Amino acid sequence: MSIGWYLAVSAIVFSTGAVGVITRRNPLVVLLCLELMLNGGNLALIAFSRMWGNGDGQILALVVMTVAACEVCIGLGMIVAIHRRRLPVDVDELRELQG
Amino acid sequence: MSAVLFFIAAIGVITGAIGVVMLRNPFYCVLALVVHLVALAVLFLLLRAEFVAAVQVVVYAGAVMVLYVFVVAYVGGEGNGSAGQLGERLRGSGPVASGLRLGGTLAGGALLVELLIALLGTGLKAVSGYGAGYPVGLPEAQTFGTPAYIGNLLLTRFLLVFEIASFLLLVAAVGGVVLARRRRGLGPDEERDVITPLDLLRPRGTGTMSEGVGRPTP
Repeated sequence: MSIGWYLAVSAIVFSTGAVGVITRRNPLVVLLCLELMLNGGNLALIAFSRMWGNGDGQILALVVMTVAACEVCIGLGMIVAIHRRRLPVDVDELRELQG
Repeated sequence: MSAVLFFIAAIGVITGAIGVVMLRNPFYCVLALVVHLVALAVLFLLLRAEFVAAVQVVVYAGAVMVLYVFVVAYVGGEGNGSAGQLGERLRGSGPVASGLRLGGTLAGGALLVELLIALLGTGLKAVSGYGAGYPVGLPEAQTFGTPAYIGNLLLTRFLLVFEIASFLLLVAAVGGVVLARRRRGLGPDEERDVITPLDLLRPRGTGTMSEGVGRPTP
């Protein structure tokens, strides 16, 4: 398959994740949709790496995976902390910083 | 053969992604993301990124998704807290909710069109090609994407990136522990379970702030 097909799949996955981030309100699902967006970016990176026959894109994809793991760690910790304080687990209800 | 495999994997990837966005139960969302990740690993294999595909399956579909499943089981799906008026208005099937959902989907569609134009409409010849060819004699042909190749790159050209990533993981682990720990401290009955070396050297309660302000020592 030509590289363009992979790029089209990555664009579809990225925009699906963006729709999820915009429309869903459960922070867990918002984090899952963020993972979708990162995976779309990863697929594009690896497709470009294959396109040029160069391994730099794969290294960048690995770094993106590391950052995603860190983001999951912090995000899930925050969700657990929100749940412990009996706050609603809903991104529309969490307006404590608004003053 | 590779075209058939590509279409099967691409259908799996897109179906998983749509399932994450559309399904109501967060647990099913996590399972849909697992399907998406495994299908994405097949696409990585087709692009000759074997090590990244293995890392994807082991780290993402293995470790990170287990973390998600645990948190979904702990938090318990949909938010069961007191829903305010804004949340009620957004959650129901009223005109505001469906309008916002439609707006979000339209924005996503516009983003998709823009991305497709940016990626495929650039007139870049290599995008419609099959990727860089590898002459038979070169070592690149055998080693591209293998663990040895990735490790060689990580420890020579990208050593600083590697170290920064490891430090970032350390910071995230410490932050996760600090965020998710129990805030209220130990219970009243288990408060005295911790014995410090100072407790052995001096009588209990002496040398503390409560002694300084004249409170009775425990």
